[in-house]
Amino acid sequence: MDYSSFIYLKEELSLIAVIVILLLYDIFGSKKSLTYFQPVACLLLVGHILLTCCPAPAVLAIFGDTPAVDQASAGVYPLFSGMYNLYPLGSIVKSILAVGTLLVLLQARGWLESENTVIRRGEFYVITLFTLLGMYFMIAAGNFLLFYIGLELASIPMATLIAFDKFRHKSAEAGAKYILTAVFASGLSLYGISLVYGTTGTLYFADIPAGVTGSPLQIMAFIFFFVGLAFKLSLVPFHQWTPDVYEGAPTPVTAYLSVISKGAAAFVLMAILCKVFGNLIEQWQAILFWVTIATITLANLFALRQQNLKRFFAYSSISQAGYIMLGVISGSALGVTSLIYYVLVYMFSNLAAFGVISIIERRSGKVTIDDYNGLYSTNPRLSVVMMIALFSLAGIPPFAGFFSKFFVFAAAVAEEYYWLVFIALLNTVISLYYYLRVVKAMFINKNETAIAGFRSDAYTRLSLVICCAGILLLGILSVVYGSIHHYSLGW
Amino acid sequence: MNFLSLFVLIPVLMMGGLFLAKNLKQIRLVATAGASLLLALAVGLVVAYLGERAAGNHEEMLFAAKCLWYAPLNIYYAVGVDGISVAMLLLSAIIVFTGVFASWKMEFLEKEFFLWFCLLATGVFGFFISLDLFTMFMYYEIALIPMYLLIGVWGSGRKEYSAMKLTLMLMAGSALLLLGILGIYFLSGESSMNLLELAKAHIPTQAQYWIFPLVFVGFGVLGALFPFHTWSPDGHASAPTAVSMLHAGVLMKLGGYGCFRVAIYLMPEAANHLAWIFIILTGISVIYGAYSAIVQTDLKYINAYSSVSHCGLVLFAILMLNQTAMNGAILQMLSHGLMTALFFALIGMIYGRTHTRDIRELGGLMKIMPFLGVCYVIAGLASLGLPGLSGFVAEMTVFVGAFQHTDTFHRVFTILACTSIVITAVYILRVVGKILYGPVTDKHYLALTDANWYERTSTVVLILAIAGIGLAPLWLSDMINGSLLPIIQHVKL
Repeated sequence: MDYSSFIYLKEELSLIAVIVILLLYDIFGSKKSLTYFQPVACLLLVGHILLTCCPAPAVLAIFGDTPAVDQASAGVYPLFSGMYNLYPLGSIVKSILAVGTLLVLLQARGWLESENTVIRRGEFYVITLFTLLGMYFMIAAGNFLLFYIGLELASIPMATLIAFDKFRHKSAEAGAKYILTAVFASGLSLYGISLVYGTTGTLYFADIPAGVTGSPLQIMAFIFFFVGLAFKLSLVPFHQWTPDVYEGAPTPVTAYLSVISKGAAAFVLMAILCKVFGNLIEQWQAILFWVTIATITLANLFALRQQNLKRFFAYSSISQAGYIMLGVISGSALGVTSLIYYVLVYMFSNLAAFGVISIIERRSGKVTIDDYNGLYSTNPRLSVVMMIALFSLAGIPPFAGFFSKFFVFAAAVAEEYYWLVFIALLNTVISLYYYLRVVKAMFINKNETAIAGFRSDAYTRLSLVICCAGILLLGILSVVYGSIHHYSLGW
Repeated sequence: MNFLSLFVLIPVLMMGGLFLAKNLKQIRLVATAGASLLLALAVGLVVAYLGERAAGNHEEMLFAAKCLWYAPLNIYYAVGVDGISVAMLLLSAIIVFTGVFASWKMEFLEKEFFLWFCLLATGVFGFFISLDLFTMFMYYEIALIPMYLLIGVWGSGRKEYSAMKLTLMLMAGSALLLLGILGIYFLSGESSMNLLELAKAHIPTQAQYWIFPLVFVGFGVLGALFPFHTWSPDGHASAPTAVSMLHAGVLMKLGGYGCFRVAIYLMPEAANHLAWIFIILTGISVIYGAYSAIVQTDLKYINAYSSVSHCGLVLFAILMLNQTAMNGAILQMLSHGLMTALFFALIGMIYGRTHTRDIRELGGLMKIMPFLGVCYVIAGLASLGLPGLSGFVAEMTVFVGAFQHTDTFHRVFTILACTSIVITAVYILRVVGKILYGPVTDKHYLALTDANWYERTSTVVLILAIAGIGLAPLWLSDMINGSLLPIIQHVKL
């Protein structure tokens, strides 16, 4: 085995280093020094993000050698004889996910300081980062085994996060629901993978396409595999767990689930569909076509009547996953660019919304839309942040959501999915209705007993400022989209 | 950056200024200064434009500039104006200016009101200067969303219902539009969003047949095309004064302008073949709007239905696809924009005093507030097409143009549309007679005051513009005609 390959795993290794440092710090730190735990954790993560953002060749140049580049698939450096793939697009997605995780951790601070959770604070950070590590492996995997390990690492610790408020009945219940569905889903995936191995005789992504002939068994293998990831992405009809889990989980965990976990799954799904099952493109496009329509439409219809904001955002995030699928279904370089950009924008928008929900839930214990009546008169800033987030999710310019929606639509239309885009567009109107319901509650409805005004903590404020800056600037600064596109050309 | 971008930049800067403003006085200062600057800029643009044309510049779009925005999709931020957009920009600047004065006295949340108002203005101005379909669509949507909050928060009556209805219907329109734009982008084979480049490229005729209805209906929703006009009466009736003015005066013109600039210009074949469907629909708009206005009792509803009728006439004239009628359409947009803004401003002023808009409860206002009364009569006369005011010039041109078609179908619909003039006279004179003359219905009205200085500013500017177009229409119609030529050549098969 060539140990020198390890230096190319800069993202994973630095994340493991962060995890180990935090674990040791949490165990051996004195009570006094532990008060600095959160700032230290956040700073370490920032360092990790900076390292991840650095383009791979720049880091590699420090070590003086670069691995052989496979010219056919531009920009991909296969490592460990193809088990692990280093490619710029993957690094971009990893850094996006890491930024999102940092924002979630910033928002989680207040909640972690509360009485029940303060002693388990360290665990929260470590477990969250472990799931992130799992996603890194899913993204970088060049072999179904590594992919599967990543998938499990990303889902099993997640259940403990969901059940983190273990004394709260709903949280514990949500944790149980999640672990059952997640294990079931990954079991299905694993079965699909075993069928792939059975028909092609290999688990390496690079070798499988040669063996994929489109036989019925392979199509079945694909479907089983797809169902596993569809559970994670909560595509209809595999979405049933989502509302209950989102409602029961602690709000920062809900935010993490709805954005980071979903974003990673979406990208990995697209990568595997195109790279591994590229020969089955006609079959999977036909499947995705109906799944996408069902996901967007049904989720929107269910979201219309939700009162609890966390359930509301559960359905909203299901339908957003449907829009992400528009990028997947196109299967083109434009599609993957739009998908990553969509995930990035969606991350900022959704985290802004969850930041507001989270802080309001903590300060007042209120989570229904009616509770938000008259919020603008007492908490104008939070209302404006929420409004910006909602408008961005609804795809209203000048917020970034408009651009990201436009690009996924463009990617799908480029592949002549006119009807699909038409249905998705009509759904944006429905979604605008329910997003406006919240805006209406905050700005228009009058309420004598509106949630009292309060000052949010510095960490939440910082995260909300970052999110708003992202929402406002990402669309106008085309350079972000341009650079993602630059790296996706070899797709 | 050329100076056209100032039209977008100034409202954005105004928003910044408003954000920092501390009290009502500063808010008014920022709003007035910005609006005046915009008006001055628009007048300057007209002068500069006429100067360039007189100097023999025959480019289709003047002052054009572009810079690459999204390279992967070949999207540019491209600006440029021809005579038509110059006219629309002038109209928008006048309405924004008078709108600021009409909302001089706000009861609550002044800062937020003006912030949204400026965002609306940004969208409107941006739309008219854009040459790139992407930015055009973006500005179009920017203009839609502030409406929701402006009506929902500051409106009256069933404001929440109206605001939601308006927003959702217009968004549905823009959804159709977006699909149409993407279709144009990918099927034209140009991979470009630039209007001028797309006009040179030929979109396959087969594709035109489905894109044209999408785009026309998409913009038509905003132009109150029957049967998608139902948002308009509710929306206008619930909106606060300045928003009604801007919405009926300018925003609805986005629809007409878009139909003309995108649907007809880029898809001439489909326009020629499918025009008949939309002529029927717009014909219904014209007649139906006018008849509905007769039976309404709420002043704002009367004016809103009258807008449906007049905006229907704009689309009707555009679909005639000849130079005279299209020229009339543009003039009608200007004329309707100005006079409907004047109407809504006056209704707002009357409502602010009497607290009712029901014509059955109003009467004899001419004696109490002669200034407002006279202004109302002038607006009414402009609306029913009295020579010397803008309405006459516009409608005359439209019908002359429409009559150039000699076949029975066009003749019948032209004659039907012509009858709307008579119906307009009925509802206008009915209202004028009922609320301005006759006995005073309520003793409390006797104590009411006439217009203040800011209300006078707002109305006088609008009346001057209306009379200006009515008395000296030639420079304007020449400016528009010059710019119509390349479009007409394109549309003639």
